[in-house]
Amino acid sequence: MTTATLSRWDRFRESFLWYSFKRDKVAIASFVVLVLMLLAAIFAPLLAPTNPYDLAQINIMNSELPPIGMQGADSAFPLGTDAQGRDMLSTILYGTRVSLLIGFGAVVLQAALGILFGLLAGYLGGRVDSILMRIADVQLSFSTLMVAIIVGAVFKASFGNLMFGEIAIYMLIFIIGVAEWPQIARTVRASVLAEKKKEYVDAAKVMGFRTNRIMFRHILPNTLSPIFVIATVQIANAIISEAALSFLGLGMPETQPSLGSLIKSGFDYIQSGSWWITLIPGLVLVVLVLVINLLGDWLRDVMNPRLYKG
Amino acid sequence: MLAFLVQRISQAALVMFVISVIAFSIQDGLGDPLQEMVGMSVSMEEREALREELGLNDPKLVQYLRFAGNAIQGDLGNSYFYGKPTLEVIADHLPATLELVIGASLIILLLSVPIGVYAAIRPQAWLAKFFMGVSTVGISIPVFLTAIVLIQIYSIGVNVEWFPVETGWGQWLNGALSTEGGLPSYGRGENLTHLFGTWYSGFFTESGLMHLVLPCVSLASIMLPLFIRLIRAEMMEVLQSDYIRYARAKGLSAGRINFLHALKNTMLPVITVGGVQIGVMVAYTILTETVFQWPGVGLMFLEAITRSDIPLIVAYLMVVGLIFVVTNTLVDLVYGLVNPTVKLTGKKA
Repeated sequence: MTTATLSRWDRFRESFLWYSFKRDKVAIASFVVLVLMLLAAIFAPLLAPTNPYDLAQINIMNSELPPIGMQGADSAFPLGTDAQGRDMLSTILYGTRVSLLIGFGAVVLQAALGILFGLLAGYLGGRVDSILMRIADVQLSFSTLMVAIIVGAVFKASFGNLMFGEIAIYMLIFIIGVAEWPQIARTVRASVLAEKKKEYVDAAKVMGFRTNRIMFRHILPNTLSPIFVIATVQIANAIISEAALSFLGLGMPETQPSLGSLIKSGFDYIQSGSWWITLIPGLVLVVLVLVINLLGDWLRDVMNPRLYKG
Repeated sequence: MLAFLVQRISQAALVMFVISVIAFSIQDGLGDPLQEMVGMSVSMEEREALREELGLNDPKLVQYLRFAGNAIQGDLGNSYFYGKPTLEVIADHLPATLELVIGASLIILLLSVPIGVYAAIRPQAWLAKFFMGVSTVGISIPVFLTAIVLIQIYSIGVNVEWFPVETGWGQWLNGALSTEGGLPSYGRGENLTHLFGTWYSGFFTESGLMHLVLPCVSLASIMLPLFIRLIRAEMMEVLQSDYIRYARAKGLSAGRINFLHALKNTMLPVITVGGVQIGVMVAYTILTETVFQWPGVGLMFLEAITRSDIPLIVAYLMVVGLIFVVTNTLVDLVYGLVNPTVKLTGKKA
């Protein structure tokens, strides 16, 4: 057991991935920032001074206090408070947690759909391929954000405000996952088309393996690196989509805010001079998305997969 | 060419058919016209009779055909909130959105071509690297956040007092980082010029133009990085090709090669992507219009959602669907015309 893990670790240290990571300062910095943010999000309940979901801990008298360093600041609230008197640091920690959860969840869902449909379209070809890819084309031409907004609007109209607020996390994962599957499906299909012609697939066919086994056990592992690259970028896209939906009021409710709904609730107070309620969560959102995008760029350069152009 | 035309148009018709089915099922599943027409006091029998009269008890297929027939004739029902035909409501709001898109497109066109070409010709220059760095950051900033930051800086104003005033440097830094504000961030302004029909334009008065600045810059900011990167990538590819080398060997001037020979072939893929992006921009107009309370179709759609104005939601869906399908088909056709190497018929490669 120990020798197996050790050799795997050694293999990783010998790999080109690790070699190029060590030499890329931007990649290292992005990775460190991302890990810090992930840790902060995971341990938010331990790190946050107050629990923003707990109404008993909120005092309306503390509302709209500015962050430390400005006049009238309270040292108990390092990043100030929002209009309801919630500690901004705590709400941002919890909000990052919600945003990341939705981002990862949506990408897991779209990867599942995208891999399934991409494999089917690429390997089976023919009519299955043209139907699936036509659907993907149409959906992409409408832009994923537009599809997400429309689906979100329909869900909200049919569930009602209160009900939608309660199940908003699952709804958002579903909406963003379904709206963005074509991106991954196209990438998978493109690499399946290249893999399909190789000899190992012919060998597997001659040996009489079933189609399912060839698709999932033989071809899929060889298409993983482009999936990995595009999934990274897709997490950033999903987080932005979630923020956009929440900003439009089609996402997380204010009682259980994500970064997007924090920005939305702060926007109502920007004219009165309370810029920190909206701009600090905004900054956190931009940093989060930026480091994921930078890591995605780096992965693309290193793995150099045949990404679908367009 | 004719076969290509027929193929593309029938494909567009198919997509429009699917959109209409989706729109119909939304209307059928969510809207209850009876609820809007009659009050609480109407008895069950009368309701039932009215349902029969309105044809709500007919088979779904008959109802769909009636819906599609009316839609083709330009009748998508009445808005609950505005109390007039939904298409009229959309026509009232569409000019505002179109002006937003036109303004943003102008900014994108005027900035992305020179910057993209420059970054391709001198990829190692620090200014080019700076532009590419900014565009990477730009892609990571959601459009509504750009809009909020712009409002804070140019509308509300920033008063920086971080540095000590005693030193000359501190005072200078404070002054340099502070902004006046004052640009309008709400609505379309006054004295709009009436062009025709429902189109009131903000392009011809000072107030209208001032109100256009922040929304257009915000909307442009999300597309600009994408276009800069695209133009740079395509241009770099073109600059590697044989005919450019030949032009260089012939001793043509660099300006002539770059802007006449290379740019022509660079713009081809840019046109296709650009056409598709116009559709994508519609989604971003919803966000931009929300921030700036811009009275366009995006804000109208969002308000229709909060008011559960189902006919208006459905009509918006159909109109936006039509815009998407028409632009995509036109882009396909134009691309087929200008690029003779594209396969006109048969399956996509």
